[in-house]
Amino acid sequence: MMILHAIQKEKGFLSLETQEWVAEKLELNPIQVREVVTFYPFYRESAIGKRHIRVCRTLSCALNGGYKVCDSFKKEFNTELDGISPDGRVTVEFAECLASCGTAPVAMVDDVLYENLTEKQVVAICDQIKQETPAENSQVEAQ
Amino acid sequence: MISVPKQTSIHPKERRLILKHADDPDYDVSIDCYIRHGGYEVMKSAFSSRKPEELCQEVLDSEVRGRGGAGFPAGMKWKFLDRKSGKPIYLICNADESEPGTFKDRQIMHKDPHQLIEGMMITAFATQTAKAFIYIREEMPLGAQILEAAVEEAREKNLVGDNILGSGYSCELIIHRGAAAYICGEETGLIESLEGKRAYPRIKPPYFPAALGLYMCPTIVNNVETLCNVKHIAEMGGKEYAKIGRPGNTGTRIWCLSGQVRNPGYYELENGLFTYGDLIYEIGGGLRDGRTLQAVIPGGSSSKVWRAGERFTGKLRNGDKFNWGLEDVPLDFDGPMAAGSMSGSGAVIVIDDSVDIVEVLANLNSFYAHESCGQCTPCREGSLWMKKITTRMVNGGAREEDADLLASIGDQIAGRTICAHGEACAWPTQSFIAKFRDKFIEKAKEDPEAATKRASRLV
Repeated sequence: MMILHAIQKEKGFLSLETQEWVAEKLELNPIQVREVVTFYPFYRESAIGKRHIRVCRTLSCALNGGYKVCDSFKKEFNTELDGISPDGRVTVEFAECLASCGTAPVAMVDDVLYENLTEKQVVAICDQIKQETPAENSQVEAQ
Repeated sequence: MISVPKQTSIHPKERRLILKHADDPDYDVSIDCYIRHGGYEVMKSAFSSRKPEELCQEVLDSEVRGRGGAGFPAGMKWKFLDRKSGKPIYLICNADESEPGTFKDRQIMHKDPHQLIEGMMITAFATQTAKAFIYIREEMPLGAQILEAAVEEAREKNLVGDNILGSGYSCELIIHRGAAAYICGEETGLIESLEGKRAYPRIKPPYFPAALGLYMCPTIVNNVETLCNVKHIAEMGGKEYAKIGRPGNTGTRIWCLSGQVRNPGYYELENGLFTYGDLIYEIGGGLRDGRTLQAVIPGGSSSKVWRAGERFTGKLRNGDKFNWGLEDVPLDFDGPMAAGSMSGSGAVIVIDDSVDIVEVLANLNSFYAHESCGQCTPCREGSLWMKKITTRMVNGGAREEDADLLASIGDQIAGRTICAHGEACAWPTQSFIAKFRDKFIEKAKEDPEAATKRASRLV
């Protein structure tokens, strides 16, 4: 699993070719690698946006507005859940309990956890992402 | 060095043993800081002057119970280790903290990683472990980095690795990261995952980790907080430690308070001295303005819910009769158990009257449907059905017979699966229907139009 972690960090996702390569190196059947990849929610078989936004949706966060936080992220990047935003910058996902329920609602952007989120902070985080990460398609930016 | 925000105030009722230094503003995660505060002294004296069996006896005497959820005495767990087989013994720290509502292990790993390492190395020495692992969930990448750095520091000081402190005993400590699956918190699922497979829990018997664990070798799986307690037990002695708290519920516990309460957070309290009422109203500051209590989930989202105003009567193990409101239930292991639920991982979720209880259950059901590993049919199918039904109910399609239907699905999952996820996903549904049947039936009368215009959403 640590091998898959390392490759996903480098490549962004685990293609079928990658999985076959791992299987060969570990002397396993490709299916033994793929069944692991498809079991764990963290592993991906296709690309996502450059930045990965995960919003907690489980009870303590939901009770404190987790769904609203997710809506604001989606609105800021004009994107749907789990898809890549039109500018290629982000993918917004719901996550199950990020284990920081005392500071709900929370969200993670890549490896960084943001706590006690308000609408204002979400906008600030989004602005920061937009500054740090260039859009893939300049036409979208121009619009 | 990585650092995380600290809590600025500590409630005066707290008794901080595990989190003693964690929130000091000038306390950091480096080994120098830990040693400056007396760190690794207990380990040094244990390695130089104590026999492993003595340490095991101390833990048995301390009566410390597992902090992960089941509350099983840790000393007993160690005693079950199969030593006759001659196979190597493995130690695993379960840092896959993912029970909704729980965030205590996060504090330990992010703020005081060396305490965990010291506790683990003492445990490893006491049980003569060949190799130790920390299985940390993927959603804590920072925690994994902190731990990796901390283990490296400990290795440089010969506290981990070969011939530790010249004692002749060697033990490697490896940090392994999960991949966002809740089921890895189940110890046999975790073991499968650590072996590089799908985290399908194993059936017990015969696969008790103490006999047939990691790579079919005897294995101990303990929670982060439990392993930290080992350090304090070795320091003060088992009998002395057992004086904290009350009999059968020894030590302190870190309670995680979240939901609709004024001061959510983690509070380390001596077991049995306080009640749920103290935690919610006094320590947690009570409910928000103008709100009244609707329900409390006393020990992680899979524990059975309590309805405000409910009373619990019965007899305690020592024969004493009790008649409690939910505010009177003692904060320890046996209190919530006597009141028909459990303290689980110590996660208390408070729900006020501003939300619809059906939506709360719908939220939890989508969690369990997402996290079922899919190995056993009742749980795989049942958790999804329960999710679909409750989601339909909140979206304006509720029917009067839904309450009975949900209860019957729950009844057909619990007790019919390999691991406890079956119970974990059935208990919320069973208890919500049992305690809030009227609200579920009322839901059928709701105007479907209104359902689409909900102000706040939980699903």
